Amino acid sequence: MEELDIYNELLMEHAYSKKNKKELDSYDACSLGHNPNCGDEIKLEVKLSEDKKLIEDMSFSGHGCAISQASTSIMIDTLKGKSIKEAKEIINIYFKMIRRENITKEDSKLLKDAMILKNISNMPARVKCAMLAWHTLDDMLNIDKKA
Amino acid sequence: MKEDFPLLKSNVVYLDSAATSQKPSCVIDSISNYYKSINANPHRGAYNLSVQATSAYDNAHEVVKEFINASSSKEIIFTKNATESLNLIAYSYGLDNLSEGDEVVLTIMEHHSDLVPWQEICKKNKAILKYMYVNENYEISDSELEKITSKTKIIGITHVSNVSGTINDVKKIISVAHKHNAKVVVDASQSIAHMKVDVQDMDADFLVFSSHKMYGPMGIGVLYGKEELLKNMTPFLMGGDMIEYVYEQDTSYAELPQRFEAGTQNVEGAVGLVEAINYINKIGYDKIREHERELLKYSRSKLEELDFLELYYPKNIDNHSSVISFNIKGVHPHDASSILDTMNICVRSGNHCAQPFLRSLGIDSTLRMSLAIYNDKSDIDHLVDALIKVNKMFEKYKES
Ligand SMILES: Cc1ncc(COP(=O)(O)O)c(C=O)c1O
Ligand SMILES: [Zn+2]
Repeated sequence: MEELDIYNELLMEHAYSKKNKKELDSYDACSLGHNPNCGDEIKLEVKLSEDKKLIEDMSFSGHGCAISQASTSIMIDTLKGKSIKEAKEIINIYFKMIRRENITKEDSKLLKDAMILKNISNMPARVKCAMLAWHTLDDMLNIDKKA
Repeated sequence: MKEDFPLLKSNVVYLDSAATSQKPSCVIDSISNYYKSINANPHRGAYNLSVQATSAYDNAHEVVKEFINASSSKEIIFTKNATESLNLIAYSYGLDNLSEGDEVVLTIMEHHSDLVPWQEICKKNKAILKYMYVNENYEISDSELEKITSKTKIIGITHVSNVSGTINDVKKIISVAHKHNAKVVVDASQSIAHMKVDVQDMDADFLVFSSHKMYGPMGIGVLYGKEELLKNMTPFLMGGDMIEYVYEQDTSYAELPQRFEAGTQNVEGAVGLVEAINYINKIGYDKIREHERELLKYSRSKLEELDFLELYYPKNIDNHSSVISFNIKGVHPHDASSILDTMNICVRSGNHCAQPFLRSLGIDSTLRMSLAIYNDKSDIDHLVDALIKVNKMFEKYKES
């Protein structure tokens, strides 16, 4: 039951952890992500540094399955403190990993705990849950660029 | 009974028959035989094969008429599925018969297919959409029936809820409706495989179901309508086979049921549906009910022993059909169903195309198991063991 490896201790701890689940006092961007398959709904809040180059803080609220909740919490741990440019790169590495494309050792280090989702494609019905927060943030960061 | 169903020979525990049932060999074979021996376009050829295909297709109307005790096979229209049947009613009957201020009353249990079309039509015609809600027992109380008044023109009720498994007292609701001259649409999608549906006894104005939930093939559904209503309705789809004469500016339409069956029809589906009806009749609804009620009783008692579950079904088993919704407290149903899947157990999770119903109950989604004639107690035992395992996996985290 290789698929069951997804529900490991680390994922479960992230799924039920309250650490990143809060509202920020102030933020620069806020966006909703919704996965109608599962009914997962998250609201991401992002606070940037004064020069608008770094992700200074990030939090989320909402509800959903363990995979969506854990992958959101993990994303926040992984990307907090990164520059917007780095964050976008890491998001792309994450997407590659989910699609089962080869990624280098260094790249996988950048993903930190997010590596535990590398086998999610064994559960095709759940891939969207693992992507939700990452897609939502990716869209937010790319809108900023257009503005 | 399992031996009749080739797919169940693998060791899958199939508890999602409310979504679609598995098919017995006789149904599968009938479709393949149709293509091997009589396939042709019905109503369109004078040669023998086409006559045979036409006769197989026409015969299917007769068989369905007998099956639900309609008064004439003109009242039986084949569609793609229950959803198309419900849309046909909304567009061909609703659009022409609802005026500003008229009311459509639905139970809150309705599947999106008996709800979204009415929203559209009510918006178009400035009619008002109202709901009858369930009590703490997942049943429609008599006091809710007071929402049916002289303003009510159309009522939509599901015979059995695909979420709570509640069996609605359609006969009673229809008699109240008819006192106010309202027409009633009965969604029999979740009852047709489990209990005798008699349109004349119910006095339903319209009734719909899909073949695929009653051991028949996908892609064919039934719309029953009283002849006096159908014959005055505008066709829903127009084109070949549903016409009499076509002139440059005007057309006269064919007789019922053909006027609602435009284009080349699903003859293999009709043939398969006939075989599914034969299969059900051979076993008999009495035996089906008895077997499924025994299993339902067993399932309810087993699930009620698990204190980590929340259960969403009527207390009284007499008002409960083969659908059971529940949740593991603190565990999202999609996680549970993914893990159950790794143990070869198929249950549904989600909102079951009934978002307004779930919202009214204050929940987002549920796990749902549903029973059919091929299930047995060992299926339930497997599920119960698996639920205990899933709960153990989550227990230590959900409490932290
Ligand atoms: C109560 C009810 N009505 C309607 C439908 C729609 O059936 P279909 O998808 O076959 O059109 C379903 C099944 O999903 C159902 O459970
Ligand atoms: Zn999810």
